[in-house]
Amino acid sequence: MSAPGIRPAIVPGEIAVKGVSKSYGAIHFRKEVVRDCSFVIERAKLTVMVGPSGCGKTTLIRLLAGFEAPTAGTIALDGAPIAGPDRDRLVLFQETALFPWMTTWDNILFGPRARGELTRETVEFGEFLLVKVGLQDFRDKYPGQLSGGMQRRAELARAMINNPKVMILDEPFRGLDAMTKELMWEYYSRLYEENRRTNFFVTTDIDEAVFLADHMLVMSNVPTQVRAVIDVALPRPRRLSDLVESDRANDIKKQALSILHAEAMRSFSRGSKAAADFVEAYLKRASRA
Amino acid sequence: MAGRLARVFASRTFWRGAVSIVVFLILWEIGSRSKQWLAPELFTPFKGLLGAMGFKKDYLPWIGAVPAPSAVLKSWVAVLAEASYWQSCYMSFFRVMAGFIAAMIIGIPFGLLLAVNRAAHGIAFPVFEVLRPIPPLAWVPASIIFWPTQESAIIFITFLGAFYTIVINVLGGARSIDVRYFQAARSMGASRWDIFRRLILPGTLPSIVVGSTVGMGITWEVVVAAEMISGGGSQVGGTSGGGLGFFIWNSYIGGSYEQIVVGMISIGIAGFASSELLRWGGRYVTPWLKAR
Repeated sequence: MSAPGIRPAIVPGEIAVKGVSKSYGAIHFRKEVVRDCSFVIERAKLTVMVGPSGCGKTTLIRLLAGFEAPTAGTIALDGAPIAGPDRDRLVLFQETALFPWMTTWDNILFGPRARGELTRETVEFGEFLLVKVGLQDFRDKYPGQLSGGMQRRAELARAMINNPKVMILDEPFRGLDAMTKELMWEYYSRLYEENRRTNFFVTTDIDEAVFLADHMLVMSNVPTQVRAVIDVALPRPRRLSDLVESDRANDIKKQALSILHAEAMRSFSRGSKAAADFVEAYLKRASRA
Repeated sequence: MAGRLARVFASRTFWRGAVSIVVFLILWEIGSRSKQWLAPELFTPFKGLLGAMGFKKDYLPWIGAVPAPSAVLKSWVAVLAEASYWQSCYMSFFRVMAGFIAAMIIGIPFGLLLAVNRAAHGIAFPVFEVLRPIPPLAWVPASIIFWPTQESAIIFITFLGAFYTIVINVLGGARSIDVRYFQAARSMGASRWDIFRRLILPGTLPSIVVGSTVGMGITWEVVVAAEMISGGGSQVGGTSGGGLGFFIWNSYIGGSYEQIVVGMISIGIAGFASSELLRWGGRYVTPWLKAR
């Protein structure tokens, strides 16, 4: 551990989403992706949003990040309405969004450099984060030279150096192989437990959700709404091996799955193909349990 | 360096390339000597057919009329001692470079402007798209009229050859940069200038390299044709100032067929060398691409 002095104090924020709707397209072709959606991303908690794929989660993230404005409703960070992208809400995208032409180190320093805040302290904090994510030997490598897991870790560091109030993660571990994924879960949850920053994590993977979450938002199909909020009151620090045997965790999983299943059946009857996949996967899983 | 060369000589790719060139030369030599080893009687049954296609001689059609590589080599060695050959190479090289560098200096910023500024794109792109399909060679008469000297006319035509390719590649490259990079950068507090300097510029660099390499190939095609049409474009006189295009044309007029081939291969080598140089430079400025 480096000296604690170089780590800027974490100021976790709280995001309140109230009655948010978002639609695209003009009159006749109008498609409502999010409808009257309300929830709270609690301060210093890890909130995980699960929902079937194509349910509008990514749209919600774009709204939270400020890349787009909602058609109706308000989103506020600590009471102040969101007006656009800002360093206090940083997004980790699906797959990597590291800049391919910058080395790991230059990627990590991007934010401070762009804001002209590249002080001695920031550089030291960057060094600390580099070690923290275990990439000190890959400092001068390009993203193309890193493995999938390393890329995600570099991206975590690139976000954390900006000390955001809320970290937003959009299926960040999607596309990793099963082993790497589990490693990343433990890695990420340890990082969260050390920092206690407000985290908002979106996923389609129920195991991932239960392992990581303090609160779990189970979403409906399009138009997106919150179907249920489940408290995942499992002790921290969590280990994957403990969780497999935990009855409480399995109960939560079953509860969330049954909501998702009901949701999938509803949209399946409306002709959604994605829902068909989910129903099939659910039945397979149920027969295994 | 020595180690690298040794690796190149040991590689299969190198030997395959070498064998392919040697086999090509041997086949060419055999083909163009068909006069000597092919009995004319062999052609008797096909006389009618060949005659209908316009071939009147008793050798393999096409290839039999081409000078043999040995003759070409002999002629080349002779020509190497002449200042006019080198002058021709230099003139063509100079025109290619002048046109190409002008195309880079104007084309790269223009392409970037079209990519980042919607108004500029709206105003300039339609005109650009109408002018683009006009082959550079169609500009020859007009540019001889418009430009004060033939030299500047040829350089202008060479410029056109590379310009469109570079602009289209820069524009396409800048547009295809992942939108998430911009979103991430904006979230982290990057200004428009930062986004241009740290994302758009490096993100477009690979396309600039590709566009330049392709554009360089086109400039060699264009410069030779322009030199032929405009009659060399130089008032220096004789064969000395005309460039390789004029060198070939002059050899054709003078009936020295070996020299035509010498001129052609010289262009091939020059074009290959300049493209290779650009690729090498391109790898140097985009180190992240080779690091995969």
